[in-house]
Amino acid sequence: MAFQPGSVAVVGAAETTRLGEIRDMSQIMLHADAALNAMQDAGLQPKDIDGIACVGQMMPQQIAHYLGITPKWVDGTTVGGCSFLLHVRHAAAAIAAGYAQTILITHGESGKSRINATPRPPEPESLSGQFEMPYGPFGPATLFPIPVLRYMKTTGTTHEHLAQVAVVQREWAAKNPRAMFKDPITVDDVLNSRMVAYPFHLLQCCLVTDGGGAIIMTSAERAKDFPTKPVYLLGSGESVETTLISQMEDFNSSRAFRVAGSAAFEMAGIQHSDVDHLMIYDAFAHLPLFGLEDLGFCKRGEAKDFIWEGHTRPGGKLPLNTNGGGLSYTHTGMYGMFALQESIRQVRGNAPAQVPGVRVSVTHGVGGMFSSSGTIIFSNQRP
Amino acid sequence: MEEITTVLPGPQLPEKTGKPFAGSLPKPTPETAQFWEGCKRGELLLQRCGDTGKAYFPPRPFSPYTGTRHVEVFQASGRATLYSYVIHHRAVPGFEPPYAIAVVELEEGPRMMTNILDCPQRPEDLVLDMELEVTFQKMDNEITIPYFRPLMKEGN
Repeated sequence: MAFQPGSVAVVGAAETTRLGEIRDMSQIMLHADAALNAMQDAGLQPKDIDGIACVGQMMPQQIAHYLGITPKWVDGTTVGGCSFLLHVRHAAAAIAAGYAQTILITHGESGKSRINATPRPPEPESLSGQFEMPYGPFGPATLFPIPVLRYMKTTGTTHEHLAQVAVVQREWAAKNPRAMFKDPITVDDVLNSRMVAYPFHLLQCCLVTDGGGAIIMTSAERAKDFPTKPVYLLGSGESVETTLISQMEDFNSSRAFRVAGSAAFEMAGIQHSDVDHLMIYDAFAHLPLFGLEDLGFCKRGEAKDFIWEGHTRPGGKLPLNTNGGGLSYTHTGMYGMFALQESIRQVRGNAPAQVPGVRVSVTHGVGGMFSSSGTIIFSNQRP
Repeated sequence: MEEITTVLPGPQLPEKTGKPFAGSLPKPTPETAQFWEGCKRGELLLQRCGDTGKAYFPPRPFSPYTGTRHVEVFQASGRATLYSYVIHHRAVPGFEPPYAIAVVELEEGPRMMTNILDCPQRPEDLVLDMELEVTFQKMDNEITIPYFRPLMKEGN
């Protein structure tokens, strides 16, 4: 049976008590801190949770035991920073199928302090180790922007357009007390900031922070008995493409974005004009452009003008990345959880930079370097 | 044309540094050993789908287009064009910044990551769609890595 839009809801959601540099918590405590905050939000205890999802080898076991949870449904999907969007999608299917009633999704990452952080050993036998690493990439900043020059040539996007993405997101961050960077910036500030990997400067690359978040989901019927306003899941999508950015099919568009995005819109049965609020995972400044086009909000090559003309800024017709995004709010290494949290806050109506009258919010995530993708559509209205 | 005499930043090849490459060297697997053996002989090997005739990369003993195990190994022309790149501005072992991490499109269709040698590592000299040719650098007795450099036109 097809998933019924609105049949599953988020009833608890929270981030870690603090974000930024958290020297007094290891990675599993960041999971736990966020989970405890989300359980308090939903009025639940660990004994009430019967399903768990989190990222990483052996992590569901660690987190379930650490929190005192006995799950009868487990998901350890690990496809990078959008994994939590896939967890939400999988959890909804599990709840609809009766595998579990109350599912907890957690994220914790000591991305900056690196306390018990997941090690990343070199893998010289992997395809990446054989066919990409010998050429000197060093972290996401040297890989993720590799398609950008081709995209710029194809679409006529300029360095100024790509700087404006960071400028607009800082406008949102200025309204958010928890954002790491709040001071206004200009296109010139962005283009004069230190060059990291041409064409991208420091202010076009995400932050690196410690933090986490957690989400609790249950059926729409049970959601009515919770203290929080239910956030209904209307639609979801997921896909993967490749771990090798050199091998992505099209440098002007992400196949994983297109597959995940169109599946979510089709499931939700909504039009783009129904969307009041949008989150696009912005590890780097080109991602909102790819996202706007691959999700169908703009035609190919038109996202640069859409942002330049102010449609995504405060007061614009499609508020985008309203927490400040990975560029200005926070980025632990897996930002997808924070994009979901902001979408949930906007749909509940309690975001720091609340957009008036949000009914439908879309969150679109990326994992790896255009390696995977997830899309989630939330609403405060049950269809 | 006179030789470029200035030291170009970029990958620090053994003959430049007099010591082995300090970056991450690949370790061949059973499915890729043939490719790396080809590099040792100065041959860039690709594979072709037995059903569609389309070339693909990286190497694997079946076609990603149809799943057939009927595939053919052949030597690529070594000609390519510059498809996209970044120029990294921080030091990495084996690389002197700034250095370009590039993706080239081979004449036969597939793309691959590489560095661009014998070329200043600047946007004005790294022009998208410029013509390139493969060149090989021996790293140690096991590994020879394919790189690309601007195509030397006849008469130059």
